[in-house]
This record gives sequence, C-alpha cells and structure tokens, in this order.
Amino acid sequence: MRTTLSWRGDMLVAALAFAALAVPAFALGMQSVLDFAVRFAIFGLLAMSLNLLIGTTGLVSFGHAAFFGSGAYAFGLLMQSGGWSVPMAILAAMAFTALLALVIGALCVRLSEIYFAFLTLAFQMLIHSIVISWVSLTGGDQGLMGGVPKPPFLGIDLGDGRHLAMFSAFCLLASVVALRQIVRSPFGAALRMLRDNPERAAFLGMSIFRYRLAAFVIAGTFAGLAGVLMSLYVSGAFPTFLYWTTSGEAIFMIMLGGITVFLGPLVGTAIFLVLNDRITNITEHHGLVMGSILLVLVLGLRKGLLDYIVDAWRERREKRA
Amino acid sequence: MRGGRLELQGLRRTFGGVVATDNVSLDFAAGTLSAIIGPNGAGKTTLFHLISGRTKPTAGRVLLDGQDITGLDRQDIVRRGIGRAFQVANLFPSFTVAESLAAAILTHEGRTASLFRAFPPPDIAARAAEVMELCGLADLADVLAKHLSHGDQKLLDIALALALDPKVLLLDEPTAGMGPEERWRMIERVHRLWEARRMTLVFIEHDMDIVFRIAETVRVLRYGSVLAQGTPEEVRRNPAVIEAYLGAEHALEGGAA
Repeated sequence: MRTTLSWRGDMLVAALAFAALAVPAFALGMQSVLDFAVRFAIFGLLAMSLNLLIGTTGLVSFGHAAFFGSGAYAFGLLMQSGGWSVPMAILAAMAFTALLALVIGALCVRLSEIYFAFLTLAFQMLIHSIVISWVSLTGGDQGLMGGVPKPPFLGIDLGDGRHLAMFSAFCLLASVVALRQIVRSPFGAALRMLRDNPERAAFLGMSIFRYRLAAFVIAGTFAGLAGVLMSLYVSGAFPTFLYWTTSGEAIFMIMLGGITVFLGPLVGTAIFLVLNDRITNITEHHGLVMGSILLVLVLGLRKGLLDYIVDAWRERREKRA
Repeated sequence: MRGGRLELQGLRRTFGGVVATDNVSLDFAAGTLSAIIGPNGAGKTTLFHLISGRTKPTAGRVLLDGQDITGLDRQDIVRRGIGRAFQVANLFPSFTVAESLAAAILTHEGRTASLFRAFPPPDIAARAAEVMELCGLADLADVLAKHLSHGDQKLLDIALALALDPKVLLLDEPTAGMGPEERWRMIERVHRLWEARRMTLVFIEHDMDIVFRIAETVRVLRYGSVLAQGTPEEVRRNPAVIEAYLGAEHALEGGAA
C-alpha cells in the first residue's frame, strides 16, 4: 500500500485500464465477455466495499448484502415509478443505502467482534423478511418483476450490453480510486488504527464509535452502488440479493484474494466467478466442489492469494537485500 | 511550565466485594516527577485506570489544574492533557514507528476526518520526526511496530503518549520485562524526556534503585490505599514502609547505597 502514486496517479492508471477494456469490448462485443465484465464489476465492487470494513477497519460484517440488495431494490423501484433519470436514481439509491447503513450501523458498531457480526446478520435477515412480506411494493418471493426501464442519458444506453459493461467498469474503477484514496487518507489511517488496536486509539483521543460508523456507512454506500449495477444487469431485483448467502459469497471472495493487499478482493472476485462458472458447467454438485477448492486454498495458503504472493515476494526481496 | 497539577481526592473503586482503590488522596504538583510504588496488587495500575478514564471511580474526584475530570470518557481525558503509556506495550502492529507517531498526533488534533489528503500530512510527519528524535527512535522510523524489540516497543508506547504533548504523563512500569542495563537506559531516557518537556510525570516502578535515583517524590500504595508519601529519603526512613515493603536492604539505616 506504500506506493508513491498519488490519487492523480491512480486516476491515470484507472483511465488507462478503462481504455484498455473499452477497445476490445467494443471491437469484440462478445456477449459472454461482456456478461463477465458486468458481473466482475458488480461483485468486485461488493467485495471491495466489504473489505473496507473487514480488511481496513477490522469489522467482520455478515450482513453486507443488506445494502447490496437495498441498493438494487431502491434503484429498481425508482426507475419503475417513472420520472427518474438513471443518474439521479443511482444517486438516490446510494443515498438511501447510506441512510440505511447509518441507522443499522449506529446500532451495530458499538458491539465488538462476534456480537457485531451476529447483529449485522440479524438486520440483514430482518430486511430480507420485510422484502419477502411486503409483496405489494417488492413483489415478495417473485422479486421486482416487469423489468427496470433504462432511458438513455448522455448518449449512454444501458439497455445495450456493451454500454452496460463499460458503464459498470467505469463505476468499479471510479469506486476503486475513491476507496484507495479513503484508505490512505488520514481517515483511512484512523480506520487502520481501529483495526490494529481500538483501545489505544481511544487513549489517543479517537471516538471509536464515530469512525466505525463512518466506515460502515461508506462501505454500505458502495455496496448500494454494486446493487444498482446488479439491478441494471438483471433488470429487476430479487430477495436473494439481500440473503445471507450473498454476504457469504462476498466474504469468500475477500478470503480468496486476500484482505491486506488493496486489490486482493478483486483478484478473489475473479477467481470466484471463474470457478463458479466452470464448475456449474461440469457438475450439479457445484457447492461441494466449490467448498472443497476453497478449503484447500484457505488451508494451504492460510491467506488470500494476493496476500500470499505479495508476502512471498517481499520475503524474497528482503533475503536478497 | 508545561506540566499540569493532578489532584486525586478520596478516590475509591470496588470490584464486587474487593476494594481495589480505597480513599486515595494524592497531589502531584505541576512539572514534578513522581514514582508510585507498592507490592503486587496494591492497586497501582487500577489507580492509572481511574485517572485515565478506563475505569470509572466508585467515589472520589480527579482534578486536572483544578478542573473536575472525574468520569469523563477516556478520549476526553486525553484531550484535556493526560497521556498514558502501558505496562505491556500497546501499539498499532501494522504501522511503522513514523506512521504510529503521525497517527497519534493526527488523532489528538482531531484531524483524522480528512479524506482528501495523503497520510501522513507533511507538517505532522515533521512533528513525528521530532518526537522520534527526542525518544531516540529516529533510526527505527520505517520499522513496523510488530518487528521492534521489546524495549523499543515500550519506548514507542511512551513516545505515542508523549506525541500528544500531555500536561500529565502516566507511565505504567516503563522498564517492565527489561534486563538491568536496558532498564537504566530506559529510565535515563524517561528522565531526559521529563527534563526536556517538564510535564508532570508519574510512573509506576518496581525497581527501588531506579525509583530512589530519579523520583522527586515517592507515593507508596498498599491494599489500595496510601501507605506513605514524601521524598525518597523520607519514604526510605518511614518505618511502616520498611516493614511493609522495602525490607532492610533499601532502608538508609541498612547501609545500602
């Protein structure tokens, strides 16, 4: 994380990455590649936002999908109501998840570790139940049906697979640049202090509550954006988005990729999605195979893949020096 | 000049039926260097917990420069100017020495809310460097806290509290777990820090040679209450202290240096 690149440098890298993606995406336009790009952006953003809590702040939330799902439903409902442009609805959906995260976070972040994890899980189940039972608004079990309208804006038509892929990639890159700046700002240093040693941080004069809550709200908001992309992708919203299995998948992705290195969750997302697709093609017992692979990786490396590689590389360099 | 006056008035704290601190009244004048001694379980660390707000007193008051700070949150107490180092080094393992100090200063100044600057801001980094220089940590600036030796971890722990420029600095056994030579190096450093900054310094110590060498005043605790206090000479001559704690070896009459 200690590089000389400033946030301007990050933006440049992100812009180059965007261009590098855009050219082949538009040239090829293969549906499977585009689909993968969108899913990677959605779950990559979800995993990155969750890692702001787990890796940076040391808060293991089991209820992160609550904000993912809420973002999807909020966006879908706004667009179905008519009268909202896509960008405004995205901002409104993010504001809604931020508010939800503020309320839930205020109740959860006072608790430590295991109680925090359980309470976030409980709130997620509560929201899941509300969505299931409020049939008139959410469609209940069936999910938000009838499609999500996507009126074009600024020449971007999200009904077009290529446009959607590039828009998703743009959201992911912009969020990653923002998250990276957050992590290495003084605020990010405060979050890392809370992860390392909250008691000492308090003895230096920090309010544990406020900073944890701020991290919770920021992470929730970015998860909300991921949910918006999901809603655009499937043109609807479904209760599974905010079920605990979705939170579990996000945690899996982070564990696969690594929590220490900033981009670890993205690597984990890529591995998870590729594995998931391959295995689903081969066997119907896909949970069993997936679980075994994860087990071997976690027990074998004892950390995420990118963490493992970076640690090994550092060790080698130190030996040489 | 920089120091603050710390007064404890009738402090009492019970845990269930156990009285950990019993009617402790002590006065630490501004800018003084005092030691707190006492056998294990005398309530020395509990007293620090009560002053620094980690535990709330059952009764009694803590005054800093005449202002009542009893029962405030620990972060409020730190902001008022009471810094504290710990018996077991209490650090941020994944931060380097320089980052730890910069983070401490930023936190103390309430500047951790900034999202748009890089950590650490240059002015803060410069001040962290000053503290490192003062504490003799400059050579270790880029070492991760978790990779420091035991002695250097204790030193960083003290430096973290010192970085906040406290009026009152509480050190809980700054030499705990060190060899004899390292102890003296450490305590000389602490003494130099005190001379440089002239904060009110209170430290808990087991090694009587150290206590009697550097402390201006000594307070003796036993069973949670104050057994004796005074200059090192007075305390050494106090029969109750000799009987309860010191033994003949450290009494002046005993002829030990």
